[in-house]
Amino acid sequence: MTEINRRSLMTGAAATAAFGALPAWQARAQAANTVRIGVLNDQSGLYRDVNGPGSVACVRQAIQDSGVVARGVNVEVVVGDHQNRPDVGATLTRQWIDRDNVDVILDVPTSSVALAVNTIVRERNKIFLNSSAATSDLTGAQCSPNTIHWTYDTFMLAKSTGGALVRAGGDTWFFLTADYAFGHALERDTGNFVRAAGGRVVGAVRTPFPGTDFSGFLVQAQASRAKVIGLANAGGDTINSIKQAAEFGLTRRGTKLAALLMFISDVHSLGLETAQGLVCTETFYWDLNDRTRAFTRRVLPNMPGGSLRPGMGQAGCYSAVMHYLKTVAEMGVPAARASGVETVNRMKAAPTDDDAMGQGRIRPDGRRIQPSYLFEVKSPRESRGPWDYYKLLQTTPAEEAFRPIAEGGCAFLRT
Amino acid sequence: MEEIFGIPTPLLFGQLLLGLINGAFYALLSLGLAVIFGMLNVINFTHGAQFMMGAFVAWMLLNYLGIGYWGALILAPLIVGFTGVILERTMIARLYKLDHLYGLLLTFGVGLIIEGLFRNEFGSSGLPYRIPPELAGAWDLGFMFMPIYRGWVVVVAIVMCLATWLVIEKTKIGSYLRAATENPALVQAFGINVPRMMTLTYGAGVALAAFAGVLAAPIYSVNPQMGSNLIIIVFAVVVIGGMGSILGSVITGFGLGVVEGLTKVFYPEASSTVIFVVMAIVLLARPAGLFGRS
Amino acid sequence: MAAPGGFSGTDFKQEEAFFLGFTRAQFLAFIAMVAFIVISPFFLYPVFLMKLLCFALFACAFNLLIGYVGLLSFGHAAYFGMGGYLAGHAAKVWGFTPEVAILIGGAVGAVLGLAIGWIAIRRQGIYFAMITLAFAQMVYFFAVQAPFTGGEDGIQSIPRGKFLGIVDLSSDMAMYWMTAAIFLIGFLLVHRIVHSPFGMVLKSIRENEPRATSLGYRTDDYKLLAFVLSAGLAGVAGGLKSIVFGIATLTDVFWTMSGEVVLMSLVGGLGTIFGPVVGAAVIITMQNYLAEFGAWVTVIQGAIFVLCVLAFRRGVVGEIGNWLRVRL
Repeated sequence: MTEINRRSLMTGAAATAAFGALPAWQARAQAANTVRIGVLNDQSGLYRDVNGPGSVACVRQAIQDSGVVARGVNVEVVVGDHQNRPDVGATLTRQWIDRDNVDVILDVPTSSVALAVNTIVRERNKIFLNSSAATSDLTGAQCSPNTIHWTYDTFMLAKSTGGALVRAGGDTWFFLTADYAFGHALERDTGNFVRAAGGRVVGAVRTPFPGTDFSGFLVQAQASRAKVIGLANAGGDTINSIKQAAEFGLTRRGTKLAALLMFISDVHSLGLETAQGLVCTETFYWDLNDRTRAFTRRVLPNMPGGSLRPGMGQAGCYSAVMHYLKTVAEMGVPAARASGVETVNRMKAAPTDDDAMGQGRIRPDGRRIQPSYLFEVKSPRESRGPWDYYKLLQTTPAEEAFRPIAEGGCAFLRT
Repeated sequence: MEEIFGIPTPLLFGQLLLGLINGAFYALLSLGLAVIFGMLNVINFTHGAQFMMGAFVAWMLLNYLGIGYWGALILAPLIVGFTGVILERTMIARLYKLDHLYGLLLTFGVGLIIEGLFRNEFGSSGLPYRIPPELAGAWDLGFMFMPIYRGWVVVVAIVMCLATWLVIEKTKIGSYLRAATENPALVQAFGINVPRMMTLTYGAGVALAAFAGVLAAPIYSVNPQMGSNLIIIVFAVVVIGGMGSILGSVITGFGLGVVEGLTKVFYPEASSTVIFVVMAIVLLARPAGLFGRS
Repeated sequence: MAAPGGFSGTDFKQEEAFFLGFTRAQFLAFIAMVAFIVISPFFLYPVFLMKLLCFALFACAFNLLIGYVGLLSFGHAAYFGMGGYLAGHAAKVWGFTPEVAILIGGAVGAVLGLAIGWIAIRRQGIYFAMITLAFAQMVYFFAVQAPFTGGEDGIQSIPRGKFLGIVDLSSDMAMYWMTAAIFLIGFLLVHRIVHSPFGMVLKSIRENEPRATSLGYRTDDYKLLAFVLSAGLAGVAGGLKSIVFGIATLTDVFWTMSGEVVLMSLVGGLGTIFGPVVGAAVIITMQNYLAEFGAWVTVIQGAIFVLCVLAFRRGVVGEIGNWLRVRL
């Protein structure tokens, strides 16, 4: 049902554009009991596997699992590919809100796009549920009463990986930092936690983004004799650095690699032979407990290729939609659609609970908190089946995992 | 420990060596580009995608047919080269009489198509490909550990470059080719099938790219965008070396690898930009590139 | 006549200027375009139209170089992107009104164009393309490094402000009219440049540079001026875009943006005055409405490239013009 609606909505939009079939762009007829969710992410580029169609599958699963359809709420899903370009993302967001009556913008990886969407959604008083952008500015300098940052952020990743590894003996660090704001933030935050836990940062090197060959930087890291090499980068950069670290035998000779942002699809792409021993932080793992396994079993047939296990960004989409729809069902569709801030406040008032992300709550600044998990990648011998990749090293409790509200400097809380 | 400009000497040596290895990839890729440009006057923007195809075909051979690295090293270039032949016959051949910017635009488009198709089929995060067991492990050079595989890459790249140069400069086929670029009508009049020669040349250039792709598969991430990250740099290499100059592109490839490696020590942020600085300087001083004839 | 492989549209017999330097056919097309610009916001989504106009202006600026001087710049993203950054910075941090901010964007483009162009115009053909690319990569590097650009987060929440300090532009319609006005001014400026005596010299350089030199024209000066004008206009387009969207980011300085503007001009028709506008419309519409097709966007874009080069080398407008035997 939702599929048909999405198609007709999109073709409707295209027809409007091409022929001016509708008399005006402003208003589109909509049944009184319908909410629209716009999934905005990268469907064609670098982050397609991390979010992309997998996120959409998770959203559909959430609509089904929430059971709101039986309670008279009609949910429609629109999907957009922002191609990692802020202008494309911003245009789609405005268009969805202004013309297509979309109520919620969901997912939105890539910090620059997410921040642009954040501003627009606030102007229009709609709802922004961000699952996949990393920047902690979304609940800090650029926080908004219309936004909930659902799944992870740079601060949380830094705290979990940086703090916990030092306690496990990795007390000297060298950073390979992707040379852009995201990398710098990760390096800075992680460095602080390393030092706070009594460790030492012995060096860092800024690598051009995107990069292909990291061997030169890895050799520098090795020369520093640090016990841990922190990879403050993402995507292809991370994969290349891990692959080449294995090639140069860094891990074999006892150096620990800590990927500060990594998803399970990246581990899959590397293969366990190469990735074993690697440490990373996620807020979701499909094989974490019975509930996550049950969730994965349900959604798997609709994931890309029918085999890609959901990662934390995608699971976050599921969790966010579950909570949103629960709130909508309680408020009633007209009330839930009337004001984004009001609905978000109602969402903040209730704890979140679903199969994928477990229990959590949403803080006043829009940060959803839950425990974070530090994982180590298994060796091929330890792995018992397909996608059996992680073993849990450490859990940081929800209240400690994220940046305290006071340190974020969120402005709307003060007024 | 001895130091040069405040950098420990061993580290500097290590970077020089690694730079040379990266240079091997630049040399192999720019060699293919130079051959194609020199003979066909086409700037092959599909080169990055064909490099990527080489790596993917190696992966497919392994996972679908169980053919390992050594087989792939021979088969993948042949397969990808064959697709190049088809591409040349159906599309590129129509553009020889036009401004060569059209060739650039066409191959750019073809590159986009190939990249998009692979992304649809294999996703974006990449596929694993292991170093062949015969070449696994590393040598301890005293100042750094040198993976055996990287040494293999340099040796193979140099051999390939030499072989290509010999074929073009010293064999009969090579002399036909060079003559055909100067005066195709005359060579045709001698009874040599010039169009077929062009096609095979393009196929050979593409095969070189695919060969580099197979070499890269075990050490770089095998993903659809692996070529487009590299192609711009390789273009700069070809331009600096002098468009169409075989020797120029090879020497420049290795040389720029070294320059890049050194930049990684002194100013790592700029290591991907330094090649363009060199390019600007060279083009101002020598308009036709280091080894080009103007 | 242009050389068969040249990058020019088909030249027909020089027609009498009908109005404003337009031929009759061009004038009719111009009226149609203005009518579309005036009517469309009541039917189509204005933000989308504004984006289209920004890119159309960018493509027109680019076309000034390739279509009328025969120089393929592969680094126009530098002027577009830096214009956007500086305009955004001027509006957000320095608190300038939008029209001043956009002019600052244009000035930045022009200054950058002067510096890069001064070096680049000494080379021709593929070397010219490569040298512009090289400098654009350096500008990109600067944009990544400089603190005021905000790295990959970009400059966010740039205020639209008030036109001349009076007219509030926060409504989409108000912003649209300003964008439309700036686009039309830019469009007419390009048209005026092309049809001035200066433009005639440019075209003669495109056709036969040694001959132009032998006629006593200092061709380098002409080329440089054309380059600066083109870069300045690209800067205006970039500035306008960052005011419209309230963001200025790395995408606009990256080399793929340089490729995109080539694609727009090629699709529309190189060396035609309306071509870049149509090309920009086609590409931007595709980006927006093919968003649903996911990874196929890249494939479709590539296919259009291939199709244009193989079958429609004159571009949409060029083919129509050729079919009607008029110059557009």
